[in-house]
Amino acid sequence: MLLRHTPKEIKDRKALTINPAKTCQPIGAMYAALGIHGCLPHSHGSQGCCSYHRSTLTRHYKEPVMAGTSSFTEGASVFGGQSNLLQSFSNLFAIYDPDIVAVHTTCLSETIGDDVSQITQKAIDEGKIPAGKHVIYASTPSYVGSHVTGFSNMCASIAKYFPEKQDYELDQVNILPGWVEPSDMREIKRLMSEMHVPFVMFPDTSGVLDAPQTGFHQFYPKGGASVPDLKRSGASSFTFALGKFSSEAAGEELRKKCDVPYEVMEVPIGINATDRFLMKVSEVTGCPVPESINDERGRVVDIITDMQQYLHGKKVALFGDPDILIPLTEFLLAMDMKPVHIVSGTPGKYFMERMKEIMGDDFETGNVKNGPRADMFLLHQWIRNEPVDLIIGNTYGKYIARDENIPFVRMGFPILDRIGHSYFPVVGYAGAMRILDKMLGAIMDQMDREAPEEKFELVM
Amino acid sequence: MSFEKLDDTMMKTYPTKVYRKRKKAAMVNDPGEVKEIQANVRTIPGIITQRGCTYAGCKGVVLGPTRDIVNITHGPIGCGFYSWLTRRNQTRPENETAENFMTYCFSTDMQDSNIVFGGETLLKDAIQEAYDLFHPKAIAIFSTCPVGLIGDDVHAVAREMKAKFGDCNVFGFSCEGYKGVSQSAGHHIANNQIFKHVIGSDDSRSDSKFRVNLLGEYNIGGDAFVLEELFEKCGIELVATFSGNSSIDHFANAHTADLNLIMCHRSINYVAEMMEVKFGIPWTKVNFIGAGQSAKSLRKVGAYFEDPRLIARIEEVIAEEMLKTDEAAAEYRPGTEGKTAMLFVGGSRAHHYQDLFAELGMKTLAAGYEFAHRDDYEGRRVLPSIKVDADSRNIEELHIEKDPGRYSQALQDRKAALMEKGMEFSDYEGMMAQMEKGALVIDDISHYEMEKLVEVYKPDVFCAGIKEKYAVQKMGIPLKQLHSYDYGGPYAGFDGAVNFYKEIERMVNTNVWGLIKAPWSNQSAMSAKYAGGKHAVASHT
Repeated sequence: MLLRHTPKEIKDRKALTINPAKTCQPIGAMYAALGIHGCLPHSHGSQGCCSYHRSTLTRHYKEPVMAGTSSFTEGASVFGGQSNLLQSFSNLFAIYDPDIVAVHTTCLSETIGDDVSQITQKAIDEGKIPAGKHVIYASTPSYVGSHVTGFSNMCASIAKYFPEKQDYELDQVNILPGWVEPSDMREIKRLMSEMHVPFVMFPDTSGVLDAPQTGFHQFYPKGGASVPDLKRSGASSFTFALGKFSSEAAGEELRKKCDVPYEVMEVPIGINATDRFLMKVSEVTGCPVPESINDERGRVVDIITDMQQYLHGKKVALFGDPDILIPLTEFLLAMDMKPVHIVSGTPGKYFMERMKEIMGDDFETGNVKNGPRADMFLLHQWIRNEPVDLIIGNTYGKYIARDENIPFVRMGFPILDRIGHSYFPVVGYAGAMRILDKMLGAIMDQMDREAPEEKFELVM
Repeated sequence: MSFEKLDDTMMKTYPTKVYRKRKKAAMVNDPGEVKEIQANVRTIPGIITQRGCTYAGCKGVVLGPTRDIVNITHGPIGCGFYSWLTRRNQTRPENETAENFMTYCFSTDMQDSNIVFGGETLLKDAIQEAYDLFHPKAIAIFSTCPVGLIGDDVHAVAREMKAKFGDCNVFGFSCEGYKGVSQSAGHHIANNQIFKHVIGSDDSRSDSKFRVNLLGEYNIGGDAFVLEELFEKCGIELVATFSGNSSIDHFANAHTADLNLIMCHRSINYVAEMMEVKFGIPWTKVNFIGAGQSAKSLRKVGAYFEDPRLIARIEEVIAEEMLKTDEAAAEYRPGTEGKTAMLFVGGSRAHHYQDLFAELGMKTLAAGYEFAHRDDYEGRRVLPSIKVDADSRNIEELHIEKDPGRYSQALQDRKAALMEKGMEFSDYEGMMAQMEKGALVIDDISHYEMEKLVEVYKPDVFCAGIKEKYAVQKMGIPLKQLHSYDYGGPYAGFDGAVNFYKEIERMVNTNVWGLIKAPWSNQSAMSAKYAGGKHAVASHT
């Protein structure tokens, strides 16, 4: 057994986290910054943080992930990291020529109390930031929130810095896609194009973290939200902030700075969340949902009706990020599946409140937990007490799946052992189809593997 | 290549200060006259480095591969999360129920209140919970950056909990990420604590005749499995491997071995040095990467024990194994002969793997370490001349004394006699002495330098890590990861050599690179009939 020490008996823990269902803020800030064209993320802390974040993002995307670090030593930790950050600015602009440097902090620079805004001002005053170049920064202490918080904080910084307030309104909307994959951002853009809705999306990692093989390493790939677009977002008529945990803060910043009204919506995963998103887009923009999208929706419903027998009543264990888990749970319930065990390491009361709304009576009978020690060790213990038919989560779930012989669908961050998430979305109706394809594949492959020979089916 | 050209292509964009510093870390090699290289100094902020931190070197590299220690990361969640199973240290517990915590990640998940009020209570509670849940033989605590800053005394907590439990060894590491200039500081800290808290705590001794430790072998991709098998075939007992496929019990009686063999000099030479001072166990450098070096290393062990039967057995095994590797080399070499490689990784692999490339008839154009010291480049003879700077001074040097009851004068006498006959001990000649004249040596290479090197030299294969992999491959050059082996391996020993030959032959001859250019990319225009026609307009999305 891979997880041979996980006992069935559950004891409360107040201090020890085992097999976390979250990681720390800075990696989220790095990911968000990569969704701006020409942007080089910079980690203000010791170089291990940057190395770990780059490595994890690289393993997840199998793409180059470029970022700088202030390379703190003990001296910097005692006397402050100002000199390291000033040097970093000079070197990053001289050597790598980014349009934007997006600085995020770490638990180290936060604990010693470095004031990045003051250091940045000093760099500007001393002429260390070349004309026309930008520096943005987000405070992302690792001991608060999770990777999702870091993503949210960097998005908020982008929203605070670039958008320009106008006394006119452009015929366009802003879309803050939340922490989803490049494929998902691409899919949301496609849906908007299908509806003929002009939009600005940020961050946008499509074209950055799914770059084509060209025989040339484009240090700043083609994709990413452009600075002119970001500036224009201040004049948009509306902002769709997808995912309360990852996008609300940026939506609020845009409203404060530029008076752009916004609505927090769920990431459009599954039929209902996608329905609500498209209805709202249609309502705000006056652009009707076209027949082509209606057909896509119909195809998803068709698959579910065709394959209901394999889905109905199936118990599912889920772990991951709240903005994904909320609509995913709703989708599973819509298909008569039973999400029974759910954990997210990301703290926030809203998660439990919304889950309660979505799950109704199932909330009381199921196991749902987020925040401290809502970890995969606990999830595994729950599974050992009440087995499930399917596990959905990031790659680390494969250890439970193998030990317990449970079909496993990879979804979330990080996925270190498969491709697909970069290229095929989980959002929209196309995404719903992909989720169905993956779930049915996993469930039915196990039936094929384990059915007695006389019960082995040709047609399913 | 002339230094001027190297200088010109790689470094001319650098600001003056950066240029001055980086120039000292790059040179054209001359094995006849090994020059001083700058190494183990601070990375320049903002340069984009391959390096990681002290925590990574301590928890990730040295302690990570040991299966039966509950390794608790004391700090915010990230450090524990990122070092969770990502280094591919394989392990094989003795049986189905034997302890194996390597698939688990333990963390105190420090919150802002702990930063303000201190995290010692949290840590104690976490250790207690780990003890109650698992009753492990050992619990290790790894400090992350904020721990040192807020002043949590992890060592005091460890002492207290160890005394409280009575049957569980608890020890801590002050391996905050900001200490030192790279992972290397973390190796040293790991070595110190393992030496202080574990080695020598169990005097039981098997009665086999030829007993050695293998130091600096972390069983990535199963390397240690191959070597264990090889040693067993030869009749040599591996008392402890530090730390691949190992148990803390092996470390506890490692001091009963008769010889220490060092694979990765950088990460573990401290333990070997300390064991020699305290217990009198001699150490010698080995290299089990490449068939030739594996044979040479085995012969060293034979020569040390001076036992004719052992020597004969070793020769038998080598002969048998070399049949396999010779046959494989003959099969794969036509596809690799004359091709070129570059290696920028680690503290020993950038050196060791050059032997494997040589066995494939491939030339190493450039190499460098990520976190090594001058002695790993120039040889241990330069040790007395290495200036200890402020960053290294922060790392504790243990003061070790002879253990009168357990010190083996006999082993030291044997060493002295063998040295008379020319056998080498306590030495490592470094990478540069073995590299060709004219090859490039670059320490702590930056991303920028790496891209320039690839652009100018277009090597057939580039060896580095995950952060470099896809940038280099986007340039049309295959990159072989030498940290994770690209989820392949093993590459150690004779079996490993065969795997590596095959892998490199695949990488340098794959058809994939030929697919990069689309067939239409050379055509300046499509058929005129359609190029300006109405169809061309509507396709933009």
